[in-house]
Amino acid sequence: MGHKSYEDSIKDVYKGLVLLGVVTLIEVGISLFGKGHLGFKPGPDMQWLLAIVAIGLIVLSIYKAYFIIYEFMHMSSEAKGLRMTVLMPMLLLIWAIIAFFQEGNSWFERRDLIKQKNERSIKDKKVDVQGSLLQKEETYQM
Amino acid sequence: MATETVVKEHDHHDTEGGAWDGGKQPFAVSYGKLMMWYFLLSDAFTFAGFLIAYGTLRFSSATWPVPDFVFSTTPFGGHGLPLIFVTFMSFLLIISSVTMVRGVQEGHRENKRGVVYWMFLTILGGIGFLSCQAWEWNNLINQEHMTVTVNPFGTHTESGTYLEGDNHDIKAGDAFAAGDSYLIHQHDGEFAPLKYKTDAGIEKQQEFGPKAFGALFFFITGFHGFHVLSGVVFLIIIMVNVASGLYVERKNGYEMVEKIGLYWHFVDLVWVFVFLVFYLL
Repeated sequence: MGHKSYEDSIKDVYKGLVLLGVVTLIEVGISLFGKGHLGFKPGPDMQWLLAIVAIGLIVLSIYKAYFIIYEFMHMSSEAKGLRMTVLMPMLLLIWAIIAFFQEGNSWFERRDLIKQKNERSIKDKKVDVQGSLLQKEETYQM
Repeated sequence: MATETVVKEHDHHDTEGGAWDGGKQPFAVSYGKLMMWYFLLSDAFTFAGFLIAYGTLRFSSATWPVPDFVFSTTPFGGHGLPLIFVTFMSFLLIISSVTMVRGVQEGHRENKRGVVYWMFLTILGGIGFLSCQAWEWNNLINQEHMTVTVNPFGTHTESGTYLEGDNHDIKAGDAFAAGDSYLIHQHDGEFAPLKYKTDAGIEKQQEFGPKAFGALFFFITGFHGFHVLSGVVFLIIIMVNVASGLYVERKNGYEMVEKIGLYWHFVDLVWVFVFLVFYLL
């Protein structure tokens, strides 16, 4: 803590403010671009562009998180053991995200499947009397 | 085998050599600070659970309200300004984090008045954020009538034309595309979903959006707001302690200010991800 002068430490803090502010503005810009507010709207056939937008946003947010934890919370000057015991468990969340998004996706596909099956039974209801044990309705009437 | 491992440890001359040899704190921090870090880790998992639940439910829904449509109003009559207000809220928290860092720095120099000054600014930032969030909630609940179980924000899955207007932004004959969001307005306390005709010629009526959206929004932003509120309360208590000179004589000096600073930065950090998940993605 004593290796930087007071004035330099203050300058670093304000540089950090500018950095976080600029990154936030870039994130908002990217998000609005992805939703079509900045002139050009990526259509549904440009999934790859939307994927880049999403990944870009996630990477920028993780960078902001790294900066806040390492610089503002002074994690960079903490003992390595402390750093590891706090940050390593967060890696478990990567698996949680993969598992749950896969779950959400499978729910979506089930909903879609149920909807399709519902529509099918309404539209395709045609019973072929020939070949079945049922006789035509008229034969049952007296 | 035992002698081999002992010899290996003595040969290990890294920067933390001897951290676990006893007689000192292995992580070189006080108990209070260490426990604050572990509390923040557990809280991070709680919020991660909520945000992952949001992602799961969003992926499982056929449609989802588009955030830049839902959050496009500002106080004093702002309309059609997507994400501007919530970006302003983000800046409030970032600035309050910066003032907190300055407060901790002044604490290291044992500058009592400086600490009080910068903590006061941090508190103002926190209260400002809470006020903005309160306005957002009031807007959603009382103006747009979204609740934990009712979500009047929907998204079209096919393109078409409206057959009637809603006296707000939509007029009869307005066209819309698949993916456009809409808000079902209320007239005289009753929801008035508009009728429209799809391009395929079928007449339909506006449907409510996924219920989960309202529940998730209020629950997650509410939980975060609760953390901001408790953070502000603690900041006030510790600022008063600082002003009274309580930390001047303490062996660990202004470490309490550092600890509450960690909590405050955590609150900012969570907001970075809530902002990302709810508003940007």
